[in-house]
Amino acid sequence: MAILSEDDCRAILKKALSYSKADECEINFTGSDSGNIRYARNTVSTSGVLSQSSLVISSAFGKKLGVTTTNEYDDASIEKAVRLSEELAQLAPENPEFVPFLGPQTYAPPSKTFVPETAAITPNQRTTMVEQSLKIAKDNKLTAAGFLQNSARFSSMMNSHGLFAYNTSTDVNFSVTLRTDDGQGSGYSTKGFNDVSKLDTLAFTKIAAQKAAGSKGAKAIEPGKYTVILEPAAGIVLLEQLYGSLDARSADEGRRFLSKPDGKTKLGEKMVDERVNIYSDPSHPDLPTSSWTSDGSPQEKRSWIEKGVIKNFTYSRYWAQKKGVKQIPSPDSIIMDGGNASLEELIKGTEKGILVTRLWYIRSVDPQTLLFTGLTRDGTFYIENGQIKFPIKNFRFNESPVIMLNNLDALGKPERTVSGESFQSALIPPMRIRDFTFTSLSDAV
Amino acid sequence: MGISASMLSRIPVFGSPITPGTNLQPVDVALKKKMADVVLNAARSKGATYTDVRIGRYLNQFVVTRENKVQNIVDTQSYGMGIRVIANGCWGFAATDKLDNDSIAKAAELAVAIAKENARIQTDPVQLVAQKGFGEVSWKTPIEKNAFEVPIKDKTDLLLSVNDAAMKGGANYVNSILFLVNEQKYFASTDGSYIDQDIHRIWPLFEVTKIDSKTGKFETRQSLSAPRGMGYEYLIPRESDKIKGVATLYRDRYDMLEDARAAATQAEQKLKAKSVEAGKYDLVLDPSHLWLTIHESVGHPTELDRVLGYEANFAGTSFLTLDKWQSGKFNFGSKNVNIVADKTQPGSLGAVGYDDEGVEAKKWDIIKDGTLVNYQTIRDQAHIIGLKESQGCCYAQSWQDVQFQRMPNISLQPGKSPLSPADMIKNVEKGIYIIGDSSFSIDQQRYNFQFSGQLYYEIKNGKIVGMLNDVAYQSNTQEFWNSCAAVCDQSDYRLGGSFFDGKGQPAQSSAVSHGSATAHFKGVNVINTARKI
Repeated sequence: MAILSEDDCRAILKKALSYSKADECEINFTGSDSGNIRYARNTVSTSGVLSQSSLVISSAFGKKLGVTTTNEYDDASIEKAVRLSEELAQLAPENPEFVPFLGPQTYAPPSKTFVPETAAITPNQRTTMVEQSLKIAKDNKLTAAGFLQNSARFSSMMNSHGLFAYNTSTDVNFSVTLRTDDGQGSGYSTKGFNDVSKLDTLAFTKIAAQKAAGSKGAKAIEPGKYTVILEPAAGIVLLEQLYGSLDARSADEGRRFLSKPDGKTKLGEKMVDERVNIYSDPSHPDLPTSSWTSDGSPQEKRSWIEKGVIKNFTYSRYWAQKKGVKQIPSPDSIIMDGGNASLEELIKGTEKGILVTRLWYIRSVDPQTLLFTGLTRDGTFYIENGQIKFPIKNFRFNESPVIMLNNLDALGKPERTVSGESFQSALIPPMRIRDFTFTSLSDAV
Repeated sequence: MGISASMLSRIPVFGSPITPGTNLQPVDVALKKKMADVVLNAARSKGATYTDVRIGRYLNQFVVTRENKVQNIVDTQSYGMGIRVIANGCWGFAATDKLDNDSIAKAAELAVAIAKENARIQTDPVQLVAQKGFGEVSWKTPIEKNAFEVPIKDKTDLLLSVNDAAMKGGANYVNSILFLVNEQKYFASTDGSYIDQDIHRIWPLFEVTKIDSKTGKFETRQSLSAPRGMGYEYLIPRESDKIKGVATLYRDRYDMLEDARAAATQAEQKLKAKSVEAGKYDLVLDPSHLWLTIHESVGHPTELDRVLGYEANFAGTSFLTLDKWQSGKFNFGSKNVNIVADKTQPGSLGAVGYDDEGVEAKKWDIIKDGTLVNYQTIRDQAHIIGLKESQGCCYAQSWQDVQFQRMPNISLQPGKSPLSPADMIKNVEKGIYIIGDSSFSIDQQRYNFQFSGQLYYEIKNGKIVGMLNDVAYQSNTQEFWNSCAAVCDQSDYRLGGSFFDGKGQPAQSSAVSHGSATAHFKGVNVINTARKI
């Protein structure tokens, strides 16, 4: 579907809402145009474009709620979808936790989430960007597998209490893995932006090429506790397990690492090193996001961890009402403060340690301690006396981001990166961590 | 462009009979054939040498509850078309939810244009292994009771009674969900196939939480159900489908209420269980746990696209390189390890009549008497391993995603000699009996893995002596499968699985089952996962 204007969205939402006979009705209307190229074995594999949209209709009678979605927009289909949501609501038992939909809200002025040049990327441009990446692979006698995707989206919502919200956004994401022909070396690079002019597939592929060539002939060292430098693409997948778990209700109910005995929580307590500051800011120029959430709540700049102290939990509208506090939605963007040191400077300042490019297959092991397991991948190197000495075989780790941030040694300059697990972007510094726990060796390259 | 011009002019001309509330009957086949022919002709006229079109309506229903509350009832549907072409020897794909003749013809033209654009960076043209057309055929999951037609009240009553049973059993919290899927999909290709399929899946789940408020310690126990390619009949308990032991386990019918009662008791027991001493143990793995180890350490490394490097940037490659298969001698596991791929198995998640590129479902050996004998593949990669036909492993999660190689059901075959789990445990001196799945992680070439479970029982000198906690086992795939000392017989065979096997870029989910009987592995490394923060 084309990226509809605010007026277009308002008109179709108004029409859909006009069919409602429920006590309350709220409708979200979103759509996107996206295109991608996937390549492997130094050639294109799959590629395509997608145009899609969806209406999500929530109808409530008293405290009974029903939700339907549809992507068919003739009058009869929209009306049927509204009726079905009403039928589902009538069939549902009362939910005592139901909270009425919000009334009109005031949102911060939209940040620059939409870049017309990104929305206008053509198949020819995508092919050319991938061609540049493939050139680096072929020039260096490496084998490339990569993915380039761009999207343009509109999001809008309206409800029977007069709330209306609208936003558009774009993004372009790129990732590439280069492997040596003998399968003994592998390097990775990933980047994502709202603005395609910031994406240099040639430069980012060169980084992966250096790591691939440099990781050939990896030596095995014993598993154990090591000082590590986690590049942003590695750090984000552990950090997001921490900042994505700040739900007040679960903590209050006693079933999170943030819980304490007798119904208390660690809100307001220092949990990690005092240099850790994590916040969200929808208007940040390097990571702009929407100023409202899918339930119409305003998104504001907010601190989550300040000087190592847990500053805020997220509160659903129900839990906020029950606890008599302000609702705090989950953030769409995360920024972690850092210093000014580059990755190279962090390496120079390391007596003995391990440089980690990427962490992979992250899974929860123990929610009580926020313990996760996973493995290093695509570029793991031993550092001695401030220099990368040799590539090492990959490790499995078992570590908690809470323990990790207590063992913080140094922070570098934050940069925008993309999580290989959640595909979310964040501004994360490279981090030097003491005593990171590796529990076994992996033969994988 | 205003709303009237941009939106209303694109109302699907075929939209009127396709309305929520009446969408349990798939769209009329004649209508879909007409739409498909529009696309096939449009693509051919622009230079496509091969085209396939998938017209899909995908329905989901979620019933979500916690304790005594129904939190949400959600019905979703998505209807649209995905068009895949080969032009100038290169793939192109376009998907749209605007289904008037003009829009679908334009989408076909766009797919051809993309293929031609990409052909300039392609090294070798796509080679499709031959596939005969089937004409107009259909297939439907053999369900007894369509879960979408069961009244909502029956579903909410069931989940609330499950929650009530857990709470009465001493749980502090319980969440439960019923997840239903209906894929109504139509495939047509220039090979002459017009295939209409109606696929059904069901997955009941719960999680019980028990908290020790004095210490702040908490434990959970998740349901021991499996997602199945079945209707609502899966939720109608049958005594003959129960396996009684230290925990009650389920074959083809699930007693959710009974399992919730047991879960509350076992969550409490987990709080008091002994923390495991790290070291080597024999593992006795129940199918409710082993399915996930099979999935990660056998299913994924035998995907041919991974072996060839197509997934190198995301899901990874495979240690099972072509030379190992070509040798015909690669010792993947012990002689007890026989693993089959099967797209025909009744009640499984992977069962279909035809895959998403028009290949009839089939069954074949992957590991035979411990030796690697085959992979899983699709039409454009089959020629690489010398196959004359595809193995039918192509799947797309919806109309809007391009189809690619996905795992069929991959299952460990039961042992041929009579052996029950109870008799297997009698042969274990120092071991752990693991039931249910939990944490799982494996490297990108599928060597090093770590798994946890829901319930761990310590075995000493052939007897279960109590419950353990903080258990995870780490191993290397080849070592692990070579340590397989025995597999129980057919009477213990059960399916596990997931709706959410992730792979590809953009990432797609696929539903897949893995069958096994309880199996015994010798001398596996167990770590203690307890830490302090």
